[in-house]
Amino acid sequence: MSRLLKIQNLSKSFGGFTALNDVSLEIAEGERFGLIGPNGSGKTTLINCVAGSLRNETGQIFFQDREVTRLPAYRRTRLGIARSFQIPRPFTSMSVLENLMVPLEYVIHYNDRKSTAHAMEILERIGLADKADSPSNRLSQVELRKLELARAMAARPRLLISDEAMAGLSGSEVDEVLKILFDLNASGITIIMIEHIMQAVMRFSQRVVCLDAGKIICEAAPAEIVKHPEVQRAYLGV
Amino acid sequence: MRFWIGMAITFAAACGIVAFVNFDYLFFAGYTILMFVMLATAWNILGGYAGYVNFGTPAFFGLGAYTAAVLYKAFALPLPLQILAAAAMSGLLGLVAGVLTMRLRGIFFAIATIALVVIMETLFINWRYAGGATGLQLLRPALTPPFESYIKMLFLLMAGMVLASIALARYIERSWLGRGLRALRDSEEAAECSGVPTLRLKLFACTVSGALMGACGAPMPMYLSFIEPASTFNLNYAIGALASPMIGGTAHWLGPVIGALILSTLQQIVTVTISSEMNVLVIGVLLVVFIVAAPDGILGLYKKIMAAIRK
Amino acid sequence: MSFDLLLEAVLFGILLGCFYAAVSMGLSVSFGLLDVPHVAHPAIMVLGAYCTWVLGRWGIDPILAGVILTAPFFLLGMAVYRFYYEAFEKRGSEAGVRGIAFFFGVALIIEVGLILGFGVDQRMVEAAYIGKSLSFGDIRLPMRTLAVFGVALAMSAVLTLYMSKTFTGRAIKAVAQDEPALRLMGANPVRIKQWAFGIATAAAALGGAMLIVIGPVDPGMDRVYIGRTFAVVVLAGLGSMTGTIAAGLVLGISESIVLIHPDLGASWAPAVSFTLLLVVLGVRPQGLFGR
Repeated sequence: MSRLLKIQNLSKSFGGFTALNDVSLEIAEGERFGLIGPNGSGKTTLINCVAGSLRNETGQIFFQDREVTRLPAYRRTRLGIARSFQIPRPFTSMSVLENLMVPLEYVIHYNDRKSTAHAMEILERIGLADKADSPSNRLSQVELRKLELARAMAARPRLLISDEAMAGLSGSEVDEVLKILFDLNASGITIIMIEHIMQAVMRFSQRVVCLDAGKIICEAAPAEIVKHPEVQRAYLGV
Repeated sequence: MRFWIGMAITFAAACGIVAFVNFDYLFFAGYTILMFVMLATAWNILGGYAGYVNFGTPAFFGLGAYTAAVLYKAFALPLPLQILAAAAMSGLLGLVAGVLTMRLRGIFFAIATIALVVIMETLFINWRYAGGATGLQLLRPALTPPFESYIKMLFLLMAGMVLASIALARYIERSWLGRGLRALRDSEEAAECSGVPTLRLKLFACTVSGALMGACGAPMPMYLSFIEPASTFNLNYAIGALASPMIGGTAHWLGPVIGALILSTLQQIVTVTISSEMNVLVIGVLLVVFIVAAPDGILGLYKKIMAAIRK
Repeated sequence: MSFDLLLEAVLFGILLGCFYAAVSMGLSVSFGLLDVPHVAHPAIMVLGAYCTWVLGRWGIDPILAGVILTAPFFLLGMAVYRFYYEAFEKRGSEAGVRGIAFFFGVALIIEVGLILGFGVDQRMVEAAYIGKSLSFGDIRLPMRTLAVFGVALAMSAVLTLYMSKTFTGRAIKAVAQDEPALRLMGANPVRIKQWAFGIATAAAALGGAMLIVIGPVDPGMDRVYIGRTFAVVVLAGLGSMTGTIAAGLVLGISESIVLIHPDLGASWAPAVSFTLLLVVLGVRPQGLFGR
C-alpha cells in the first residue's frame, strides 16, 4: 500500500502552551487508523493542522507525496482531505440537502441539478434521506453526526478524518455510524478515526496511535495498545 | 420570469412618473428613497449574505461621490462615465480594505470599517483640489432631451441603478456564490473544510458591495451641485444601510428593499412633521427592537405568520 | 518645530494619554475580558458627562459628581449586561454579529436622546480648577488637565488593584480565561460577568465626568471616542489593565504631536486613533500585552 499522508516533525503552540510536540506519522492508503489519547492531548489540534484549519509552526505535511503545509484548508479539501467536526457544525441556515450541496458545488463543481441528485444519493446511503428538506438545526445528535459525515463524504475524499463522531451516542447509534465508516473504507477511502469509545476503536482500526500531551507515546495494533503501560498511565494518570 | 416582468413594470412605472408628474418634491424625496434602497441592497451582500456587519457604507459612498466630483471638475466627464469610475474606485477600496481586514473577527472588522470612514473623511478634508473642508461647488451640465428637469433625469437614472443592483443581489443570492456566502456566514471553518474559498468569497462580497455603493454615490454631487466631506461621509448613511436590511430581513434580496422603503418613507414623514433627530431615534429604536425580537426581520415574521396560518 | 513645543506636546500628550487610558479601562473589561462588542461604551461615557453637567447645575463639583454617578451607572451596567446576555449570548455565537448592531443601536439611541434632551450645543462645567494653568518654566499646562490626570491615575490604580488583588477581580479574569473551570468551582459566570460589566459602566461614568472637565461635550462626541477607546484597548492587548495605560500614553502623545505639527494640525487629529487602530490590527493584533 502506498503512503497517503505523511506528517513530519509537526509542532504547534498556542502562546506558551505546546499542543503538539514534534509529531511524526505516516498513514497508508486504504488504512483504517485510530487516534486515541486523553482529553487535551492534542488530537483535535493535530487534525486541525492536517485539515488546514490551523497552521503548524514547524514540520511538514505531505498528502499523496505533495507538500500541503502552506495550503489553505479549502485547497486541501479539494485535494482529497475531508474532516468532520467534534462538535457538529451544520450550516444552520440551510436544509440538510443544501448542506451537502456546498461541498458538491465547491469541490466537485456540479451544477444545481446534478448536485441535488447526488446529494440525495449520499443521504440515502447514510440514512438521512427522509430529512433532506429539514432545517439542519433541528436534527438529533446522531443525525447531526451523520450529516457531518455526509458532508465530508460529498467532497469525494481520499482521506476522511472523523473527529469523535460517536461521542454521546447510544450503543446502536454507535453501530450505525461504525457501519457507515466501514462502508466508506471498503469503497477505498482511508479513514483516521479519533474516538474515546474504545470498543469502536478496537473494532474499526487496523493500527492505533496514542497521543499524550502533544507527543506520540505508543503505536501498535488495537489489541496491544490497550495493554501498553504508557497508554494506561496516560488515561488513568497513574 | 415573474421577477423580470416585475422589474420591467417598475422601470416603466418610473418612466411614466417622470413623463407625466411635475411635483418636484416627489422626485427629490424619491431620489433619496431610491438611494437608500440601493445602499441597503449593496450592504446586504457583505453584511447579510456573508454576515460581516459593518459600518463602512459612508466610506464607499463618499469615495464614489468624490471620484465623480473630481473627475467632473478635471475633465467634465459625463455622468455615466463618472458612475463607472466611481464604481471602480469604490470597488478597489472594498478589495483593499477587505484584504487588510478580512482576517479580523466580527467586531474588529466592524470597528475597522468605522476607522475607514473617518480616515477617508480626513483625507478629503485635507485635499485642497477636492474643496477641502469647505467643499466644492459644481455647475450642472446642460440637460439632454427628452428630460425636462435635471432632478427627473437623476431620479430615472437612480431607478435604473437600483433595479440593476437588486438584480445583481438576487443573482448572487440564488447562485452557488450565495450558497458559499451563507456557508461561510454559518460556519467559516466548516465552509473552508467543505471546499469553499472563504477569503476569496469575502473579498468578492467586499468588492461588489463597495462598487455598488460607489456607483450610488456618484450622482450625489450633481444632485446637490455641491459636495463637502462632513455630510458626504456622514455615519448616518451607515445607519440607513445597516438598519434597512436588519429590519427588513437579511436572507433575501427583498429584505433590504422593504426595510429601506419603510425607513426612508418614515424618515420623510418624521423629519418633516417632528425633527430629523427624532427620525434617528425612531430608526435606532426600531433597529434594537427588531434585532432582539425579530432577528429575521419583517420577511422572517411574514414567513412565520404564513407557516402558522397553513397549520 | 522647536524643542520646547515638542516637549510641551509630549507632556500634554502624557496627561491626555492617561485620560484616554482611564476612559478606556471600562472597555478593557467589557470588551477585552468579557468579549462584549460594546460599541456603546463611549456613548455611555458621554451620557455620564451630561449627567455630570446636570449635577453641576446643582452646584456639585464635576469630579465628585463622577464619583457619585458610579453607583447608578453600576446598576445600569448590570441591567444592560443581563439584557444582552438573555437576548444574545445565550443564543449562541451566530447572534454575536447582531450584538454589534444592537450596541450600535443603543449608542444611537443615547446620542439622539441627548440631542433631544439637551440640544446639539456644547455643554461645559465650571470648577475651581477649570480655566487656570500651571506654569513650569516656559511650559503651561491647564489645571483641568492636571486634575483629570490625577483622577485618571487614581482610577487606573484602583481598577488594576481590584482586578488583581480582590477575589471578584480575579474571578472576572478567570471567567475571561476559562469559564467552564470557573463553573466547576461553583461560581456563577453570568453573575460575575454582570458584576464586571457594572464596574465597566461605572468606570465609564467617571470617565464621562473627566470628559466634561477636560473640555466641552456635545452629543456626537461618542463617535470619535469609539476610535480612541478601541484603539487603546486593542493596542493594550485585550484584557490587560497595565497595557491600557501604556497604550493610552501612545495614543495621547501621537495625537498631541499631530495636533501641534505645522503641516498637520487639528484637521488630521481625529484620524490618529483610527489609523493607530488599523495599524495595530494589521501588524500586531494581540497588542502590546495581549493574552
